[in-house]
Amino acid sequence: MTEFLQIDFPALICGTLAALVCALVGNFLVLTRQSMFGDAVGHVVFPGIVIAYLLAGTTAIWVMLAGAGTAALVTALLVEFLRRIAGVDPSTALGAVFTAMFALGVVLLEQSGLAGTSFDVHHILYGNVEAAIWPAATGPASLFNMDTLSQLPAQIGRLMIGLGLVTATILLLFKELRIVCFDPVFAATIGLRPKLVGAVITALAALAAVVSLEAVGVILVVAMMVCPPATARLLTDDLRMQVVISAVVAIASGILGYGVAAFLPSALGFDLSLGAAGTIAVVAGLFQLAAMLAGPKRRPARVA
Amino acid sequence: MAADGVLAPSRSDVQSADAMRSPPVAVHNLSVAYGGVPALIDVTWTSPPSGLVAIVGPNGAGKSTLLKAMLGLVPAASGEALIHGEKIERQYGRVAYVPQRSSVDWDFPATALDVVAMGLYRRIGWLRPVRRADRERARGYLETVGLSDLADRQIGALSGGQQQRVFIARALAQESSLYLLDEPFAGVDATTERIMTNVFRKLRADGALVICVHHDLGSVPEIFDHVLLLNRHVIAAGPVVTDFTPALIAKTYGVPLEPLGQAKAAPDDV
Repeated sequence: MTEFLQIDFPALICGTLAALVCALVGNFLVLTRQSMFGDAVGHVVFPGIVIAYLLAGTTAIWVMLAGAGTAALVTALLVEFLRRIAGVDPSTALGAVFTAMFALGVVLLEQSGLAGTSFDVHHILYGNVEAAIWPAATGPASLFNMDTLSQLPAQIGRLMIGLGLVTATILLLFKELRIVCFDPVFAATIGLRPKLVGAVITALAALAAVVSLEAVGVILVVAMMVCPPATARLLTDDLRMQVVISAVVAIASGILGYGVAAFLPSALGFDLSLGAAGTIAVVAGLFQLAAMLAGPKRRPARVA
Repeated sequence: MAADGVLAPSRSDVQSADAMRSPPVAVHNLSVAYGGVPALIDVTWTSPPSGLVAIVGPNGAGKSTLLKAMLGLVPAASGEALIHGEKIERQYGRVAYVPQRSSVDWDFPATALDVVAMGLYRRIGWLRPVRRADRERARGYLETVGLSDLADRQIGALSGGQQQRVFIARALAQESSLYLLDEPFAGVDATTERIMTNVFRKLRADGALVICVHHDLGSVPEIFDHVLLLNRHVIAAGPVVTDFTPALIAKTYGVPLEPLGQAKAAPDDV
């Protein structure tokens, strides 16, 4: 039990919270057909975080967010610039900008001597849920002891803050998000500022990417943003239900995915270790596959 | 019963001195260009105080652009469009806009009732949720367009005409005295056409102004009382009886005036 609390519990919480915060934001990316934007955000926050760390010398969440937010803003401006000035197709512009930004992050990271720390490229790419440990835990009583709780990995605190901000924004702006995703032109005619609401979605996506980066990595952020909402969409026609179901799918993916990684190999007698970030994404993908095969709201492909 | 309350002009409109003095829509020397290509050139038009107006013209004449310019959705290269004598930014919520049906994603997870309730969002206000009373109110507007039975159906599962009526109900929920509609009659069934015509007539009787971009020349005299003939410039504007003449229509569509039956050069959509 103590070993579970020290090693598995914090990692399980991190993986699950990361999946949850990404899935909640992902609903609005999927609805506005910006799924790949989620991928881009995940990639571009990486150089932002590296630069912010090099400048400030700390991984405090506000520093990380400032770096990530700046990187997201620079990306948006560059994409807009390429689109307007150079006449490049938007998805091409996005593809060019986010890969270039990501490459810049990799170069900076390698030159900075940060490799080998928690900023290891491998971990940035694939995530490292297992790095979250709780040595202070001594038994179930630790869960109710403020002193030991305060020694939980800082990552969990960051994820909780991110989750709180994302949840509060979605609850407060639910009707604005719904109308701007559905009919931005009509939203503009009633003075609901679609560009502002769109910027809020972008900001939430950057926030989710930053806080979940350590746990799931830039490549899997997009899986967490897309799979649970896309699964939920196939199970309901109600947006509120979709958001709730996506949260349930994300939590289930986090728990099952971690369980598979941590316990399945030894249970089957294999001596190998699975990265939990990867198994969480695979489980989320399996949920989506099941929904695509059997979900009640599947639609036949439209014949053009 | 819901319909009577629904279609009455809202109190704020009746009391507004501006609405009494200024025409609902006044366009002054408006020009709009897309990437250097002019879409509207020096358009000047003053709407009647109420009634049903058709904006008619060939493809590419700038009909939708004119509606969007009135709503501030496209920037004016020069000139301006005023709503009740003021810039649109001061009149948000007093104009009900019905975009083309193809402009939204009908696979969106929303029911007919959800979409109609969007017409109430401005009145509900930022950050406030849609409450049960709002949903009940929205239900009344769906009844007006004959869709109460389909309130909980996902919008993609409705027919094209039913989708158009959902949009009409959303506009009615705005309780405006000015309605701007982009091709509401395009591709709808006879039932929808009849219901929409009745709704528009009721609005006119209540003193509202309804402006539609319209593509079917044949039905103009039957549905509308005013017409704006547009081909980037204003060709003519006025009551249907005086300005919807074969000569002016021919001028609008850029075809030589010939006796009916010989006008083979007419574009397909005439």
